[in-house]
Amino acid sequence: MHDLRKKINLAEVLRANAVTIMFVILCIVGLAFSGQTVSYVMYELFSRLSRNAFIVLALILPIVAGMGINFAITIGAMAAQISALWVIEWGISGLPGFLTAMLMTVPIAGFFGYLIGNLLNKMKGQEMIGGLILGYFANGLYQLLFLFIFGNLIPLKAPGLVIKGSTGVANTIDLSTDRGFKYALDGLVRVDFGTGLYIFCALFVVYALVQLVLKRSSKKQSLTTVAVCAGVCLVYQIPFVAQMFSMVTVPVVTFLVVVLLCLFNNALMKTRLGQQFRAVGQSRTVANVSGINVDRVRIIAIMISTVLAGWGQLIFVQNMGSFQTYGAHEQVGLYAGAAILVGGASIRKATNGQALLGCILFHLLFIVAPSAGKNLFGDAAIGEYFRVFISYGVIALALVMHAWSGVQAKKKKD
Amino acid sequence: MQSEYVLEMKHITKRYGNNTVLSDVSLAVKPGEIHALLGENGAGKSTLMNTLFGMPVIHSTGGFEGEVFINGSKVNIASPQDAMTKGIGMVHQEFMLLPGFTITENIKLNREITKANPVSRILGKNLETLDMPSMSADSRKALDSVGMSISEDTLVKGLPVGYMQFVEIAREIDKTGMKLLVFDEPTAVLTESEATQLISVMKSIAESGIAIIFITHRLDEVMAASNSITILRDGKLAATRSAKDTSIVELAELMIGRKGESVVHAEPRSAHFDTVAMHLQDLKVNMPGEQVRGITMDIYEGEILGIGGLAGQGKLGIPNGVLGLYDMEGSVELFGQPLKAGDTKEALNAGIAMVSEDRKAVGLLLDQSIEDNIVFNAMQVKGNYLNKIGPFTLKNSSQIRKTAEEMIQELDIRCTGPTQASGTLSGGNQQKVCIARALCMSPRFLFVSEPTRGIDIGAKKLVLETLVKLNREQGMTIVIVSSELQELRSISDRIAIVSEGKLVDILAPSASDADFGLAMSGIKPSDHNKKEG
Repeated sequence: MHDLRKKINLAEVLRANAVTIMFVILCIVGLAFSGQTVSYVMYELFSRLSRNAFIVLALILPIVAGMGINFAITIGAMAAQISALWVIEWGISGLPGFLTAMLMTVPIAGFFGYLIGNLLNKMKGQEMIGGLILGYFANGLYQLLFLFIFGNLIPLKAPGLVIKGSTGVANTIDLSTDRGFKYALDGLVRVDFGTGLYIFCALFVVYALVQLVLKRSSKKQSLTTVAVCAGVCLVYQIPFVAQMFSMVTVPVVTFLVVVLLCLFNNALMKTRLGQQFRAVGQSRTVANVSGINVDRVRIIAIMISTVLAGWGQLIFVQNMGSFQTYGAHEQVGLYAGAAILVGGASIRKATNGQALLGCILFHLLFIVAPSAGKNLFGDAAIGEYFRVFISYGVIALALVMHAWSGVQAKKKKD
Repeated sequence: MQSEYVLEMKHITKRYGNNTVLSDVSLAVKPGEIHALLGENGAGKSTLMNTLFGMPVIHSTGGFEGEVFINGSKVNIASPQDAMTKGIGMVHQEFMLLPGFTITENIKLNREITKANPVSRILGKNLETLDMPSMSADSRKALDSVGMSISEDTLVKGLPVGYMQFVEIAREIDKTGMKLLVFDEPTAVLTESEATQLISVMKSIAESGIAIIFITHRLDEVMAASNSITILRDGKLAATRSAKDTSIVELAELMIGRKGESVVHAEPRSAHFDTVAMHLQDLKVNMPGEQVRGITMDIYEGEILGIGGLAGQGKLGIPNGVLGLYDMEGSVELFGQPLKAGDTKEALNAGIAMVSEDRKAVGLLLDQSIEDNIVFNAMQVKGNYLNKIGPFTLKNSSQIRKTAEEMIQELDIRCTGPTQASGTLSGGNQQKVCIARALCMSPRFLFVSEPTRGIDIGAKKLVLETLVKLNREQGMTIVIVSSELQELRSISDRIAIVSEGKLVDILAPSASDADFGLAMSGIKPSDHNKKEG
């Protein structure tokens, strides 16, 4: 009897994490066939993580509030790009420019988030498709703004911002000029992997000990954290392991910002507002009966998510050093959504850990897929095709699994 | 001024448009008293409670007449939240609990105890940190007072239903300044021992000075728990009784009463029916809100069987289950032949037809013409009214038109012609179209669910007369499911009463009001009479 239960649990675990497990396998196979060195893959992975993790983490809140994956973060990215354009126009470079852009994103993305939230409240239950289509629609307005209004009705003076001999904003906005804010965040403190590892491990240990002293966490939890950190540092002493990370440099401040967002997500859940998010996410009826203003809570969730997505996009573009004016935001929602699902989140439940794990696996596949495709099929384009196909596939799979587990739950109830 | 009563509702009248659902109803509840509120469906219990809680449905339809006093002072309750701050709480029939929250989190939902933190000092109270230890302590106290020993950190998901009911009560008790608690059918989902425990919890709550309004249809529980009883009937106050001056039989009588004259009257028949048309064996139907929990009975060929009972007790689940519209278990035999469970097409082919209670959603294709609606099932299921030309199958328009015109004439469907869209007909005429469609299948066995719901009295008469005529002239076996007992008594040969998903008894139409009242509250009249001697 006991064995039987164990077996069922194993099957349950496999089923619940099917997407993640499938991705781990895909990544391993891809890695094996790509022919790339581990140190190169790690180098790529860490630079991708630093620029993408933030935006994926921005998706958690709406999922908790029961609104599914917020595909409308595309619009947050647009707000960020509007801010970036003006910061360059004003010629505020470096970190001040980046911070100004962040500050400017807050009201713009917040306002957009307010509008999105209001619209999604009118289509409860269809938030995801609503957000997706809203993103496409907003793209049209965005193009109108950048092609016709900016640089035409509102002249832009900064060199290179306007299409030469025409009107409208140029196709690519370069942040690496002396007006831009390339590496504004990444460049602040950049250390090799070992140093970065020690810094973060030290931070975690200090945090765990502080929590222990304040009696916010049990002895066991704190000691586990300390032990894990010590273990990781020890493993890194093995030359073979250190070799794997030899090419990696860590933008400390960027990762610190990601950690801060994780802490923010956690802290928020422990407040009255966080409790309201979770209540609304589970049942709007029950939340409503207990006097929670459901519509307002949902709007706040979307507003925070949109602003965070805007900041995430800023982190992304400062790392890239330039962005496609008319395309950089388009796939943001899709890729971030796929990443969080790969990490084992569902459209009803998501955690920081799932977002980060998803980010790692999703981008790992992105790195290895083209060269694996080239080695296996003789064409890098097939690998490229494969990864686009997979991001849509993952989302479809997650939706089907969600519907399926709903049916299973109903059957169980009977 | 201190009043004798914690709550007084005086001369409450509520109209929805021209339809008066409550007329001059008064209710007075003393502190520390358990006051039972009795009545059939549609008697006005829920409207009265909605008024008390200031539900939006009341205010958005023009409010109500009459006055509400709490502790002797007149109040105006604007919203459910307002009711809560005035000390009125509700224990819901459907659990208002979040499965993913612990018991504590549920008890304290939106009333969390919080501590200020640096961020909240700037951005407001909503960002204050939850103070879990004090929340747990409060919940523990509330759980103890309802006699639950379970840990307050348990997730609600996976708790037995009975526990959820007690958690719900604990939540209401935990609210400060609670003066009056409304229990809406609290024992419906409980086992017998849980129900007994619930009643003792209710009594101890009442002893602490909180008044309780107890809505239920179980008369024995009313007698066991309450101090005084208010009975509503047809939106009017039927009686107010003190529990010690009344009996179950009197309550049953008051609840049912006579509701005017019946619109039709079929001659009572003395003929005995002996051929079984349909045999239900341990029928269980999983229809949300109308669960059937194991019914065994015979329906005889040529009879009109009425199935009555309060709403939500499972009477509608019977036809829907047999027709395979909802998942069912158990077995059904039609004229001795077993019927495959859950196969609607086979049920229709076997000669069962059904007129659904939900004629707008299930019954009719509202945009389609009357004639298309009438022949739809016969065409789709039996393949009638079709012309085959080579590989193509076409509608036989002339034959359809002829049938439709016959039906329109026979059932007196008031319309501009067979091509009128059925959505534009009045309710009564839509119902007749539904019946015509069932008849097109030339059924041997007809289920009719709530045939007179929402139609005017003239149409009601015609629909019922049609059913009687079909039965008498064609010998069709008819099962009519209805919430209107009077209507069942006027045309049925026998009336089965269903309560809590089970068959309580089969009564003769001439049985007394008290018997019907007892049966509807789940007590078999003959058993009760035997007990009383």
